[in-house]
Amino acid sequence: QGRFTLLRDTRTDGSFLVHHFLSFYLRAGCKVCFVALLQSFSHYSIVAQKLGVSLAAAKERGQLVFLEGLKSCLDLLFGEEEQPGQPSPLGFLSGSSSDLRALFDFVRLSLTPADGDSWKGPVLLVDDLSVLLSLGASPVAVLDFIHYCRVSVCYQLKGNIVVLVHSNEDSEDEENELIVNSLCHHSNLILWAEGLATGFCKDVHGQIKIIKRLSLQQAGEQDVVQIYQYKIQDRNVAFFARGLSAAVL
Amino acid sequence: LVFTEEDKYGLYSNLLFKYFLAEGIVCGHDLFVASAKEHPDNILKELPAPLLDDAYGKELGDEAAAAKSEDFQDSMKIAWRYQNLPKMETSPTTYTKFGHYYDLSKKMSPELCQSVKWHSFYLHEELSSEPTMKTCNMNSSYTRLLQSIQRIISQEGFDGSDPQKKQRNVLRIGIQSLGSILWGDDICCSDTPEDIHSLTKFLYVLRGLLRKSLSACIITVPAHLIQNKAIMERVTNLSDMVVGLESFIGSERETNPLYKDYHGLVHVHQIPRLNSLICDVSDTKDLAFRLKRKLFTIERLHLPPDLSDTVSRASKQDLAESAKLLSSGCGAMAIGKKHLDF
Repeated sequence: QGRFTLLRDTRTDGSFLVHHFLSFYLRAGCKVCFVALLQSFSHYSIVAQKLGVSLAAAKERGQLVFLEGLKSCLDLLFGEEEQPGQPSPLGFLSGSSSDLRALFDFVRLSLTPADGDSWKGPVLLVDDLSVLLSLGASPVAVLDFIHYCRVSVCYQLKGNIVVLVHSNEDSEDEENELIVNSLCHHSNLILWAEGLATGFCKDVHGQIKIIKRLSLQQAGEQDVVQIYQYKIQDRNVAFFARGLSAAVL
Repeated sequence: LVFTEEDKYGLYSNLLFKYFLAEGIVCGHDLFVASAKEHPDNILKELPAPLLDDAYGKELGDEAAAAKSEDFQDSMKIAWRYQNLPKMETSPTTYTKFGHYYDLSKKMSPELCQSVKWHSFYLHEELSSEPTMKTCNMNSSYTRLLQSIQRIISQEGFDGSDPQKKQRNVLRIGIQSLGSILWGDDICCSDTPEDIHSLTKFLYVLRGLLRKSLSACIITVPAHLIQNKAIMERVTNLSDMVVGLESFIGSERETNPLYKDYHGLVHVHQIPRLNSLICDVSDTKDLAFRLKRKLFTIERLHLPPDLSDTVSRASKQDLAESAKLLSSGCGAMAIGKKHLDF
């Protein structure tokens, strides 16, 4: 409860973690607000089906609130004038405001429990935060958004947040690095998917570093770091200890 | 959304662009061509003619079959351990037919060009009209282009909005030299451009349009001119597939014996991962292209055997450098500049 998990990827695509968390929380019976900025609903839906969860059904019964960033953006630009009472969550795009307040309001509204809701714990899932920078939001605005979400979702509503960001070593994208570093400091758990340092391999797609930030909870405690390697298959991901891939044994 | 980084002189990326459009015509797809450099009419006149299947396909098949049968029976004496490895296929698509072949020496016939519906967007003709959509601080040329694309998609029913239309077709969009100064964007000229978000916003909206409709898009960008690498990273994130072409013209690699058969390298930075947890990764990431008289081929780059008698320092260093480049994957460069000894 009240945990902030950061998903981070470097030199590889960490979106399999997002798919995992989405189906995990839906199966656990939580109310999920998914801010999907990079892909369409059908993409997530098809993968979720492979993992055994139906997004359409979840949406119908009110368990899943799905913000499809691409569609929302198109509606904003090519649609009719927005109603004053219903600002678009991506309103910052049209320049009317420079902060992500509208997006935060959307999140808060969707996760505030309504009467008759019997879901366990709200969850906010974001894929992925780096896109907001590409769309013109300033790093401060993005950090503010995350901060407000944490206060609202983690502390007030006792829910969880899972956010995906991309990062690269030798990245020249300073704004992105700023956000990633800041979020790392504030996360309870960091799942860092990295491409192998030695290059591309067919049998081991990458390695994942799991960092449990115990130092946040108690002074003097060390963070626990675990490293596994993984291979992504069609319906699941196989994890194994370093060097013990099935191809080698 | 296929994003192509242009090679320095734009020769080969133009070729890829034309292939994409030509394939669209042959498959009967509709086309949308946008450019700020050349008038789309001219681009369409320059498309390569498709080759009749039988003649060339057979030729290609014969060549490969001859090569295979030659040394099939030889068993290896010294390097016998390698006997069991599968034969290295340089051109993977010898037997499987996917798409069509084109003859670069001939132009596509006008009748074939006219057989599909095509739309064009030539920036300098469109400058007079005012954009009606919200600009959201994007470069006005990009805004106009987006508006034009959106109009075509909804008018022609590519987004499924017209239930009357029984036959659904695909729209192939080709945008040439995006981000260059001709589009009014200064990311190619200065290190601190005025508006670094225009291109990325454009790509995001375009991505939305593509996802919503039956269309595919290829964009070529003079990436070597963009000074601000952060933009390239963001752009890579926003595209489904990113391919970079590096030609050897004018670089020291032109005379490098390693590359004598090829005209350039193909760097695949990203491949699409849509509707699935995994993506289709090929075995190798070292690809090179060459332009034969009629055909533009992309093959695996393999080192010719090092048969030089005199081992001069310079060339050995070069080879090792190139070999180091080969051994690291495309998306995962070896950390640090360790010199690998062979």
